[in-house]
Amino acid sequence: MRFDHALIVGASSGIGEALGRRLASEGAKVALVARRENDLRRIMEEINSAAGEERAIAVAHDVRAVDDVPGLVQEIARRLGGLDLAIYAAGSMPAVAVDEFNTSKDREMIEVNLVGAVAWLNPIAERMMRLGRGTIVGIGSVAGDRGRAPNPVYCTSKAGFHAFLEALRNRLAKLGVRVVTIKPGFVDTAMTRGKEGLFWLISADRAAEIILDKARRGVVTAYVPARWRLVMSVIRSMPSFIFSKLGI
Amino acid sequence: MRLQDRLEWVEGWGMAVGGAGYVFRPTDSGGIAEAFTAARVEGLPIALRGAGCSYGDAAFRPESAVLDLSGLSRVLGWDAETGVVDVEPGVSLAALWRLAIGDGWWPPVVTGTMEPTVGGMLAMNVHGKNNWRRGTIGEHCIEFDIVLANGESRTVSRKDDPELFHDVIGSFGQLGIITRAQLRMKKVHSGLVEVKAVSAPSLEAMLSLADDAKDKWEYVVGWIDAFARGRNLGRGLLHFARHLEEGEDQDAGSSLDAAGQDLPATLLGVVPKSLMWRFLKPFTNRPGMRSINLAKYGVGSTVGDEKVYRQSLAEFSFLLDYVPDWKNIYLPGGLIQHQSFVPANRAEEVFRDQLEICLEHGLPSFLAVLKRHRPDPFLMSHGVDGYSLALDFPVTDRRRDTLWKMVHSLAEPVASAGGRFYPAKDAALPGDLYRSTFRDEQLVRFAQRKQELDADRVLRSALADRLIYDD
Repeated sequence: MRFDHALIVGASSGIGEALGRRLASEGAKVALVARRENDLRRIMEEINSAAGEERAIAVAHDVRAVDDVPGLVQEIARRLGGLDLAIYAAGSMPAVAVDEFNTSKDREMIEVNLVGAVAWLNPIAERMMRLGRGTIVGIGSVAGDRGRAPNPVYCTSKAGFHAFLEALRNRLAKLGVRVVTIKPGFVDTAMTRGKEGLFWLISADRAAEIILDKARRGVVTAYVPARWRLVMSVIRSMPSFIFSKLGI
Repeated sequence: MRLQDRLEWVEGWGMAVGGAGYVFRPTDSGGIAEAFTAARVEGLPIALRGAGCSYGDAAFRPESAVLDLSGLSRVLGWDAETGVVDVEPGVSLAALWRLAIGDGWWPPVVTGTMEPTVGGMLAMNVHGKNNWRRGTIGEHCIEFDIVLANGESRTVSRKDDPELFHDVIGSFGQLGIITRAQLRMKKVHSGLVEVKAVSAPSLEAMLSLADDAKDKWEYVVGWIDAFARGRNLGRGLLHFARHLEEGEDQDAGSSLDAAGQDLPATLLGVVPKSLMWRFLKPFTNRPGMRSINLAKYGVGSTVGDEKVYRQSLAEFSFLLDYVPDWKNIYLPGGLIQHQSFVPANRAEEVFRDQLEICLEHGLPSFLAVLKRHRPDPFLMSHGVDGYSLALDFPVTDRRRDTLWKMVHSLAEPVASAGGRFYPAKDAALPGDLYRSTFRDEQLVRFAQRKQELDADRVLRSALADRLIYDD
């Protein structure tokens, strides 16, 4: 499957940035959406300069401004000349102490990781449903597979995102629209930098390469890298009284 | 209706290129005006569409309004004495011949399918298997009404405004919307044609036989086995046909009955033809198509050679409708066609190059068709005194880029030889190559017309963007 027109929400760093660069280098026209306008512009200019033509456009947007999204989707589709791939990669994971209960941080995670995703993917899903084609990719997390003690609401937001993606998939699959859930493990990005206890760390570009391969093949749920599937199947099937003792 | 509720996937007939479009389906002039107003408010360009039979990107533009005129399908007048018909643009070729045949008339120019609309046929200035004899459909148009992008309506006739007449027809819907057309049909004395099938062992023989037949027969069409190499390169079968003269058909009343012309729904009276594409699908690959081409030539050059028989007009004319939905064999990627028109004295050399280029790329055409042509007086004409070779290619994700590049390679020798290309079939030509086939003054005149009639470029299509407009 070819992707000629792609939209990436959360494209100013990490996996989203890597996806944007990779898609553009493969010839796709890409809309880069994120809150940080300066970073977006820099990435856009680097992409276009490397391509020798306009492959990327930058759209500054805070995903919490949900009312703006339907208009932006339409504008982006027009500017790109279509929309056959939409990736929601925006994410927030502020540092949360193990004894911290901070509603402000939690709300931000829910708003960025879940409400923003719903706000962006709803109009995109409706559009793709009408057209009977398209691919939606949601960048979730292995953290969404269990309720983990260190960051309860990050897990909650990702678990909710996974359920939302599954529901979208169940609505849209018979209408020709693919919905792919990606659950990355540890990826070397600003979000993970400086954190302790990371293993099997892969670069954002390697993650992007795997994600696009899964998206092209229309995989339903993919762990990135794949070895996380085995780990998470063990963790998911672990009884609560054991999991709670692991403290992970 | 909300604009977003009009969003649909709109694609070319070949199903290989398409885009999202806000589709308006007017059934009268009020509906056209409404679409223009809505598009203006949203700042959307408008692409015109009839039955969507152009193979590539002529009848849509991604993320733009698409004005589907097939709903304007009333016959406004029919004179069975003179054969002159007045129709709205959405009247199909099928409706046209069904209307006329009972009175002894037949459309003077027909395409390989009966689905196109009159508006679409004039916009693309289509030709048929009798192009050498009858020219393009535009040559049989007496006058038309056109609505310009600013809403102004004009009647344009060949007699009173020949320049505008010849500029609009064949301008792929870029100068205005044809809302009525008056055409003159061709008198026939039977609903049958006499067909002669002959085989040709080489490209040289194909061209020579087609040239010899062009003045003796009304219709000349050739099929080429594009898998054949070496001394067999360009071998194929030709079909010539002529209308029966008055008195030749003892049962003309019956053969001129429209119902009798309907294509059979079953093959050999048993197999529903609607299922046939599913049987063909497993053969839609290079080994399968090589075998089919080989078998077709084998049969045609032995038991079928020099065979003379009678066939109904519809059966002979509308081969593309013979197997319903046959193009589905090319799914999921669809197909593109490259049709080049080459002056007679360069045709053998150019077509030989093209067939060899395809074989070298490992992308031989699955269906190759040869026709004889003549020049015509229209501004954006594709006609030459020569031949055309139409090459069908399946599109796959894996070989799409290679295929597109190969089409550029196929087109270069055509442009160098003074040839032309046919926008109704095209999906892949680069604009500079297409424009290089016209004289500068033709392109300037087209640009001036566009400026005069649609300065804001409200009417656009993906094809026009690619081939004509630079921005």
